[in-house]
Amino acid sequence: MPHDHSDHAHPHSLLPSDPALRVKALETILTQKGLIDPAALDEIIDTYENQIGPHNGAHVVARAWTDPDFKAALLADADAVVSEMGYYGRQGEHMVVVENTAQVHNMVVCTLCSCYPWPLLGIPPGWYKSDAYRARAVREPRKVLADFGVTLPEDTAVRVWDSTAEVRYLVLPMRPEGAEGLDEAGLMDLVSRDAMIGCALAGTP
Amino acid sequence: MIPEPVFEAPWHAQVFALTVHLNEAGVFAWPDWAARLGATLKTHGLSKDLNGGDDYFAAWLETLEAYLAELGAASPDKVSEAHAAWKAAYLATPHGQPVTLD
Repeated sequence: MPHDHSDHAHPHSLLPSDPALRVKALETILTQKGLIDPAALDEIIDTYENQIGPHNGAHVVARAWTDPDFKAALLADADAVVSEMGYYGRQGEHMVVVENTAQVHNMVVCTLCSCYPWPLLGIPPGWYKSDAYRARAVREPRKVLADFGVTLPEDTAVRVWDSTAEVRYLVLPMRPEGAEGLDEAGLMDLVSRDAMIGCALAGTP
Repeated sequence: MIPEPVFEAPWHAQVFALTVHLNEAGVFAWPDWAARLGATLKTHGLSKDLNGGDDYFAAWLETLEAYLAELGAASPDKVSEAHAAWKAAYLATPHGQPVTLD
């Protein structure tokens, strides 16, 4: 409904949406009670908008592609390995890396809500949180992959992993052909967020 | 390629940060939160296919309000009161000036 300003001498501030006001209301009450520090909220938002993102995961993948010992350690105990790289923190208590091969393609979903390895990928994209993806990834993963433009050989099995608040999965994509001459930074550019969710393949050089 | 925004709307970011902060402050444990959010999403998802943006965070906000009410951290009465106060403050503040509660 268009907002009618005719009864105001001066246009007032743009009224935030109802949910936005409800969030502000909660913030006000919790701040008054001393349960939260408003500055901490800004810091959390800045962290996920600007600092933590899929480049962390891409770094891990690129290293796994070039260092077999690192890869073996990563697949055996991801938490220890990525913590050492500085990628730990919220929603990273237990991360498991699953490796794509010619035989098995892995995909990750959270059927409950949107559990996701934040230290490696940041926070999930909208589609990961949608009912459509959460329901279909389990029921018809090949069709979902096709929607993402991925067609796998028929003899490649698809395995879907359901992330929870206790275990969060990251896909180690297959290293593309022709990437032999690339250094770690060059390899990182081939690793998209979607590839680490298992909804894309690594890019080609 | 222009990266897509992490949060579609500022209030999504705010309610996300608020929840993370409350969890870290020890107000609730994350698995308990996730179980409640999952239940709300399931209920909301009965009547329509939820998108991962506004629909998702509407379920998130409803869950947080209910959880904080249950914990006695923010009662529905107080929330309504603060909501109304903010609305009044926005309507009373000339455009371009910071909006604050008295």
